Amino acid sequence: MSQTVVIDPVTRIEGHAKISIFLDDVGEVSNARFHVVEYRGFEKFCEGRPMWEMAGITARICGICPVSHLLAAAKTGDKILGVNIPIAAEKLRRLMNLAQITQSHALSFFHLSSPDFLLGWDSDPAKRNVFGLMEADKELARGGIRLRQFGQTIIELLGAKKIHAAWTVPGGVRSPLTEEKIAWIRDRLPESMETIENALALFKKLLLDELKDEIEIFGKFPSLFMGLVADNGDWEHYGGAIRVKDSEGNIVADKLSEDNYQDFIGEAVEPWSYLKFPYYKPLGYEKGMYRVGPLARLNICDRFGTPKADAELAEFRDRAGGMATSSFFYHYARLIEILACLEKIGDLIDDPDLLSSRIRAKAGVNNLEAVGVSEAPRGTLFHHYNVDENGLIEKVNLIIATGNNNLAMNKTVTQIAQNYIHNGDVSEGFFNRVEAGIRNFDPCLSCSTHAIGQMPWW
Amino acid sequence: MSFLDLDEWLFDLAAAVDVVYSPIADVKIYPENVDICLVEGAVANEENLEIAKIVRKNTKTVVSFGDCAVTANVPGMRNMLDSSGTVLERSYLELGDTTPQLPYEPGIVPELLDRVLPLHQAIEVDYFMPGCPPDAPRIKAFIEALLAGHAPELVRETIKFG
Ligand code: SF4
Repeated sequence: MSQTVVIDPVTRIEGHAKISIFLDDVGEVSNARFHVVEYRGFEKFCEGRPMWEMAGITARICGICPVSHLLAAAKTGDKILGVNIPIAAEKLRRLMNLAQITQSHALSFFHLSSPDFLLGWDSDPAKRNVFGLMEADKELARGGIRLRQFGQTIIELLGAKKIHAAWTVPGGVRSPLTEEKIAWIRDRLPESMETIENALALFKKLLLDELKDEIEIFGKFPSLFMGLVADNGDWEHYGGAIRVKDSEGNIVADKLSEDNYQDFIGEAVEPWSYLKFPYYKPLGYEKGMYRVGPLARLNICDRFGTPKADAELAEFRDRAGGMATSSFFYHYARLIEILACLEKIGDLIDDPDLLSSRIRAKAGVNNLEAVGVSEAPRGTLFHHYNVDENGLIEKVNLIIATGNNNLAMNKTVTQIAQNYIHNGDVSEGFFNRVEAGIRNFDPCLSCSTHAIGQMPWW
Repeated sequence: MSFLDLDEWLFDLAAAVDVVYSPIADVKIYPENVDICLVEGAVANEENLEIAKIVRKNTKTVVSFGDCAVTANVPGMRNMLDSSGTVLERSYLELGDTTPQLPYEPGIVPELLDRVLPLHQAIEVDYFMPGCPPDAPRIKAFIEALLAGHAPELVRETIKFG
């Protein structure tokens, strides 16, 4: 008799989700589905709000990567004003994004995913979390916590708040840095660097041995990869243009502008999830599956442009045999991106522009429609607004970083379930592996939706 | 997430308490006889409501944690519209360009409540802690008071929205 088992809720991810696993009459997995079960409706209730509020409102989409929404909203606002923002403002925004990628990736690796690698897939579920890690490997856990704190504190130094700082505005940012704040960043940088280099060394060792099989099973398949690259092809997180590559490494499309995103991204709907299914339009629904985020960014860029990260990128490509098609390599890519962010932060803080007071361009509403894009930790994020003459929002569309990966996340859970679940044996450790397929992508599901979450204690 | 901004104080906390249920832990079923639960987020759909009731039943002290729980905050902005259908239609019918349809799968995809509720309209709560999010120092002070067995002080400095 065929049967469906449901994992509810998927844990150690940000947001609310379930996974259904469909078993056929002999207990083999025929299919699996990843369901996002929250929905809030930003696209509707933002209508009528002043576009200046959009950064503040949309940042509430997400507690992990509010900065991404602050940036995408501000960049859309820049275009509605029709201004070139001061160079210092762009650099300050970049610094905040680098800090956020650092803190968000640190959270994904140390707090959420590493308990699986370090304590074991089948270890006691009551302990298989960051608190268990704190017991088992105090120094590693402390390093991870402090690395995340480093990123969060930079965000706070810039925006006066760790989460939901009201700091980016259409036209620029509200305040520059000061010498003292830069001194703090400079002080803490070496420690952060050491933490990430150790974590990378540890993870690479595991990849050769304990985690060898996971590379093949946890979501290895061909797909497109999409993200921003700089004009010279370098890794990019804030500006540049969109590039799409296939699994063979061919550039399928390059220098695409976010302004035309509707020409190359379609959004499909399935009745069983609140998360839509974006796809690369020229290839059609499902065939146009693409991945975004750290894995994609490493695949599509020519280089990082910083020495340590470039050395790691070369090794990464070696291990992957060129293009990395295993979703398990998201973790690896995330660690390398942290390293790159730290190097780039190190370069940026020597730039005198960060102290400039020329940080905001002012103008009225000059365009009635605009699209802004940024690379969130989880991938490419689009904000699209139509406004009236007064800057009140008439229409909004958001394509959220995590959403881009929806087709690939479904394929990943199906592949893992088919590998581990046989004869109807659905033990806890297998469930955990299926969920870990989702954790590869570090999804931020609040971003598609949002609502109740519980953080109970003893 | 603000909770994790407690950073290294988490070590002290871990020594004082057992974390029995959390989005960052793998326990799927809300346990019984829980002493304290910080509930974040507004009550927006049927499953939120259901779990809020379970939390109330199994917990001594329930804290309404963050502006979304306290006031419904940003998720509550859809209450200005006439019903949940309006927001759904915009996202899935107007903005879905392949197979536009409303998500519907009973038992899997929970239906939205017509109005988003602050937590205390769904269940009784014992304490409120506003803030979007409450910052780590305030969370710490709050938990320390509860751990010491007295009511957390809500004075001007600790009541902060946004
Ligand atoms: S941080 Fe703000 S938006 Fe997010 S759950 Fe807390 S109160 Fe709500």
